[in-house]
Amino acid sequence: MHIPDGFVSTPVVAAGAAIAAGSIAYAVKATSKKLGEKQIPMMGVLAAFIFAAQMLNFPIPGGTSGHLIGAALAAILLGPWAGILIMTSVLLVQSLIFQDGGLLALGVNVVNMGVIPCFVGYYLYRGVVPLFHKRKLGVMVGGGVAGWFTVVAAAVLAAVELAVSGTVPLNVALPAMAGVHAVIGIGEGLITAAVLALVLAVRADLLELQKA
Amino acid sequence: MKFKWWYGALILAFILAVLSPLASASPDGLEKVAENKGFIDLALAPVFNIFPDYVIPGIPNEALATILAGIVGTLVLFGIGYGLARLLRAKKDEA
Repeated sequence: MHIPDGFVSTPVVAAGAAIAAGSIAYAVKATSKKLGEKQIPMMGVLAAFIFAAQMLNFPIPGGTSGHLIGAALAAILLGPWAGILIMTSVLLVQSLIFQDGGLLALGVNVVNMGVIPCFVGYYLYRGVVPLFHKRKLGVMVGGGVAGWFTVVAAAVLAAVELAVSGTVPLNVALPAMAGVHAVIGIGEGLITAAVLALVLAVRADLLELQKA
Repeated sequence: MKFKWWYGALILAFILAVLSPLASASPDGLEKVAENKGFIDLALAPVFNIFPDYVIPGIPNEALATILAGIVGTLVLFGIGYGLARLLRAKKDEA
């Protein structure tokens, strides 16, 4: 869902850049306050894993593909602020080195695929997990639900930005973007749940890092 | 040297990078909507190209060019994530 330059107008670009910059500045402050030794390799491997996983587009019906965003996963494992920093790193490298997502649109993409989904994913997960008696089930359902909603939230946001930019009317963009991403979101939910199940099986203590 | 959990996680990321040529070549959700609703041509070409479309230019074998691009990106992001975390951690100790 990387928005290229040209899809969004100058005011939308400016607003995206401002919101992204403010969020990143606060994220640096918040993360440096609570970051422990154990979180250091986690930030490295999450950035690496999310980048690599984003390359693996999976097919969905209708000649379309989708790929992981990873914001829910990052925020669940390290908290929303560290998640924003991880997603910003991934999006910055994709834009600068791989020409995926526009340079001017970078702020907008950071808001859509970093700031908003990190918060949506983190709090949804935290809300869903306690609803289940079995912890493993709660973690997997929580991750799945968080993953799905983050993709749909990002798609709705992108549709609004395209509409505000005058690129495509909202009544056209919204159902189209939400519809296709409701399907792609299933992939995001499944991958998020699977990775969390793997973490739980191998090193359950790593699920508690965001609380440190 | 003890095998740490994150060595395994990093290896998993590299395995995904090596599998990247298997990715679906179909347009993603946003591209598909842009094609269907007729605004795909508004996309501006990048100002400069380094590894466009996750392919290292000049390597005739496209699968290999994709795998190498994936490995480079994975390494760069591990470095940024790890380095940034180290920096933030050092900042915490100063405070």
